[in-house]
Amino acid sequence: MSTLSSGFAASSSPPLATLAVVTPPHGTPTGSPVRRTGQADTVAALRTVLPAHAVLWQAEDTTPYECDGLTAYRARPMAVVLPETEAQVAAVLRTCSALNVPVVARGAGTGLSGGAMPHTEGIILSLAKFNRILRIDPLARTAVVQCGVRNLAISEAAAVHGLYYAPDPSSQIACTIGGNVAENSGGVHCLKYGLTLHNVLQVRGFTMEGEAVTFGSEALDAAGLDLLAVLVGSEGMLAVTTEVTVKLVPKPQVARCIMASFDDLRKAGDAVANVIGAGIIPAGLEMMDKPMTAAVEDFVHAGYDLEAAAILLCESDGTPEEVEEEIKRMVQVLRSSGATQITVSENEAQRLKFWSGRKNAFPASGRISPDYMCMDSTIPRKRLADILLAIAKMEQTYQLRCCNVFHAGDGNLHPLILFDANDPDQLHRAELFGADILETSVAMGGTVTGEHGVGVEKLASMCVQFSPAERTQMLALKAAFDPRGLLNPGKVIPTLVRCAEYGKMHVKRGLLPFPDLPRW
Amino acid sequence: MDPVLQHMIDCVQSAHGAGARICIRGGGTKDFYGEPAQGTVLDTRGLHGISSHEPSELVVSVRTGTVLADLEATLAEHGQYLPFEPPRFAPGGTVGGMVAAGLSGPARASVGSVRDYVLGATLLNGQGEVLSFGGQVIKNVAGYDVSRLLAGSLGTLGLLLEVSLKVLPLPPATTTLRFAMNATGALQQLNAWAGQPLPLNASAWHQGRLTVRLSGAVAAVQTAARQMASAQGGEVVDPLVAEAFWAGLRDHTDPFFDDHESPQGRAAPGPGGSREETPDRPKFSHPPSGGLTRSGRSGGVHEALPLWRLSVPATTAPITLPDNPGSADSTLMEWGGAQRWLRTAASADVVRQCAAQVGGHATLFRAGAGAGARAGVFAPLSAPLARIHQALKHSFDPHGLFNPGRMYPLSP
Repeated sequence: MSTLSSGFAASSSPPLATLAVVTPPHGTPTGSPVRRTGQADTVAALRTVLPAHAVLWQAEDTTPYECDGLTAYRARPMAVVLPETEAQVAAVLRTCSALNVPVVARGAGTGLSGGAMPHTEGIILSLAKFNRILRIDPLARTAVVQCGVRNLAISEAAAVHGLYYAPDPSSQIACTIGGNVAENSGGVHCLKYGLTLHNVLQVRGFTMEGEAVTFGSEALDAAGLDLLAVLVGSEGMLAVTTEVTVKLVPKPQVARCIMASFDDLRKAGDAVANVIGAGIIPAGLEMMDKPMTAAVEDFVHAGYDLEAAAILLCESDGTPEEVEEEIKRMVQVLRSSGATQITVSENEAQRLKFWSGRKNAFPASGRISPDYMCMDSTIPRKRLADILLAIAKMEQTYQLRCCNVFHAGDGNLHPLILFDANDPDQLHRAELFGADILETSVAMGGTVTGEHGVGVEKLASMCVQFSPAERTQMLALKAAFDPRGLLNPGKVIPTLVRCAEYGKMHVKRGLLPFPDLPRW
Repeated sequence: MDPVLQHMIDCVQSAHGAGARICIRGGGTKDFYGEPAQGTVLDTRGLHGISSHEPSELVVSVRTGTVLADLEATLAEHGQYLPFEPPRFAPGGTVGGMVAAGLSGPARASVGSVRDYVLGATLLNGQGEVLSFGGQVIKNVAGYDVSRLLAGSLGTLGLLLEVSLKVLPLPPATTTLRFAMNATGALQQLNAWAGQPLPLNASAWHQGRLTVRLSGAVAAVQTAARQMASAQGGEVVDPLVAEAFWAGLRDHTDPFFDDHESPQGRAAPGPGGSREETPDRPKFSHPPSGGLTRSGRSGGVHEALPLWRLSVPATTAPITLPDNPGSADSTLMEWGGAQRWLRTAASADVVRQCAAQVGGHATLFRAGAGAGARAGVFAPLSAPLARIHQALKHSFDPHGLFNPGRMYPLSP
C-alpha cells in the first residue's frame, strides 16, 4: 500500500450513504440478527482515531484485501485500516467494539484457508506497518518483533549471532510472525524443532475491547492458565497480536540429506515408520509420489528418480559427528526397508538441490494444471500407504488427477487435486474429492488440518471431526475472550445450524451416513 | 460405557443441583501444590490403563488414573520416555495429575514442558459431557488447542479422562559434568553454551557447584563433554550418582527441598551426597476407586521457610532479596537459569516484585508454616487476563464444580 498518495487521502471523503448489508457472508452464523453499523458511520468513526491515509474504504482500495491465499472465497470489507502504533490498534478496536463492527486482522495474507477473508459488514485490520524487529538478545536467545515481521526476516537478522528461528513454513519469505501465531505454523523441520507454539515465549496484543493483554512471559511459563497455548493457532478469533517474543536456536553446524527411491508406495510408507521406530528423529522427512516427482523434475531439474513410485527426503542436522552417525543409521533403515536407490548429499549445494523440488511442489503443480486444491490433513504415520492408495481410488471416483507431497515425518499430507475452475463440474468434483480425503483422514485417526487452519475452507469438515458438544464448548471458549463475537466472526468453529445443513446436504458416495440419526 | 467413567459422569451430573464441589484427585502426591483443595474427592484412579501405544508413531494414549511410574516403565520397555521429566513427589502420582499440575523436571529448558507434549485430551466438563480435543497426531490445528490449555489448569476446567502424549526415543548417550562456579559465572556460562549447538539437556547450580547434563547422539555428547570439561575445568560425574542427583531435583527429594532444614545451616548437597529420609509428609487415606469422600489437609507441621519458585528469563542476574543478602547463595537454579528456587521469609510482595521486575513471576510452591501461607500461591493476574480466566472457567464448568479456588482463591 505504498502507492497511497497524500493527494488521494486529502481528496477522498467518506461515503454518505449508510449501507444496510444484511446478507451474511460465507460462514457467518445465522443466529439472531445483530445490529451492525453501516460503512459511512464506521469510516467516519475510524477517521477520528486514525490519520486519513490509514483508512481505506473505496472499492479500488479495499478490493486487494478481498481474499487471502485461498482465492476461491472472496468478500469486500467496509474498510481497511492500516494503524502504525499499538495505541491506534487499541483505538480501532475500541471504536469497532462500540459500533458492533466485526474486525478481521491480517498480516501478509498468505494463509491458505481463508482465515483473513474479510467480513462484508466489518473491517480489515492490516498489521502490515508493524514490521520492525524491536530487539535481538543473543545471550538470552530471544527476538522481540512486531507482528508484521516476516518469518524469514527473523532468521536473517539473527544469523549474525549463529542463531535462527526454527519454524519454517514454505511461505516463510512472505508470511508474518503474527500470522504464524494465528495458524500455529509448522514447516519442514517441526518433527525435531516443534511448531510455532513451541518456539514462542510471549505474545502481546489487544482484546476486541481494545484492552492490552500479554500472553506468556519472557520466562518459560506464566502464572495462571496457559492462555498462550490456546492463543497460538486460534486464527485471529481470540485477540489481536501486535508483538511476539520468539525463541532463537543455534544454527546446526551441518545438515545432510538422503534421497531414497522406492518402487512401492507401501514400502515407502513403512520406511517412514521404520526410521522413527528405530529411535531416529530426522530434522526433516518428506515424501513425494510419482506424479508429483514428474511435475517438479520438469520444473527444477533436480535429477529425481522418475521411475520411483515414491521418493523420500530424509535430513539430519547437528554436529558433524552427530550427522555422520545419524545418516549412517538412516541409510541402513532405508535400505532394509527396500529402497531401490539411495543418494546422500555431499555438500550444501547438493542438499539444496534435493530440496528444490519439494519446496517448489505447489508452483510446479500450477504449471501442469489450470487450478489445484491443496489439502492439509494429518494421519498417523503408519497409515501413509493406506491413504495414498485411498486417494488413488478417489482419482477414479472423481475423475481428477492428484499429486501427493507429504510432511511424512509428521503424517501431514498435502494432496494437490488438479482441476479447471472454469468447469463448474470439475470444481464441484474437486470439492467432493477434497472432502473425501479429509473425512478419510479423520476416519484413520487423523485431523482435517495439520497446519493450514480451518478458516472458512474447512468449516464443513469440522462438523465431521467434532461433536456438537465439542463445538459448543469451543464456541464458548471464543466467547470467553470475545463475548460479542466481533473478532473474525464465522470462522474456525461452525455453528450447530451450519453443521445440520451440511449433514443434510452431504451425501458420501451416494449414501447419507447414518440416515436414521437425528440431526441438529 | 466403562462403569468407572459412567460413575464419574453420574457424580458430576448429580452434583449439579446440590451446590456441591468436586475435588479431583489421583494419587494425591501434589495435594500440597496450589491453593487448598475443597470439595468432595473424586478419585480418578479407577480409570487407568494405556489405551494405545504405537512406538513408531511416537504417541501414547493413556487414561489419566494410570500411575505415572507405570506409564514410564512401559515406555522404557520400548526405549522411549517422557522427555520433560515429570516430577514424582511421592509414589503413586497419576498421569492426570502430571498434566493438570503442568510441572516439568530438569530437562524442561531444553526439551519443552508437559504442555508441549500434550497432543490430545478427553475431558469431562462441568455439564457432564465427554469432549475430545486435539488427537494423536503431531500437527493438528483443527479448532482451538483446548488439550494444551488443560495442561497446568489444576483441574479447574474439568476432569481429564484420557490424554495423548508425544513421546521420544531415549537418547543414545547421556553424560553429566560438574564445575566449580559462582552464580554469576554459572549463568553467563549456561547462556553462552545454550547459544551454541551443544547437546545440553539439563542444568542445576547450587552453592558454587554447576552440574550439567548432556544427552543425544553418542559422538555429539562425547565431543561436547570433552570440549566443555577441558575449557571450564569440569569433571565427569559417575553415571549412577548423576542419575540419583537429577532424580532428586526432579522429585524434590534432594536435600535442598527438605522441609525441615534451614537453608543456611546445612551442608551443600551434591551428587552422591547422603541424604536423610524425608520426614513424614501429610498422608491421606485413599478412598476406594471412583468413590467420593471428604477432602482435607491434615496438619503436617514443618518449621521450614516457604519455598518459592521463580520463573524468570534465563539471563536474569542472581536474585538477591532486599532483606536477605545471602539469598543468592541459598538459591537453587535450574533450567539454564530460568527456574530459581528460593527459601525465604521475605514477604510475598517482595518476592513477587523481584520476579516481576525482571519479566518473570513467583509461585509459593510450598508455603511451609510461615506467614507466606496467606499470600496466594500464584502471582496475581492483570485485569483483562483475570476476566478471561473467569470466563473460561465458567465456559467449561458453569456450576463451579471442579477444584474451586485451587488456582486462585474464590472471590468472596
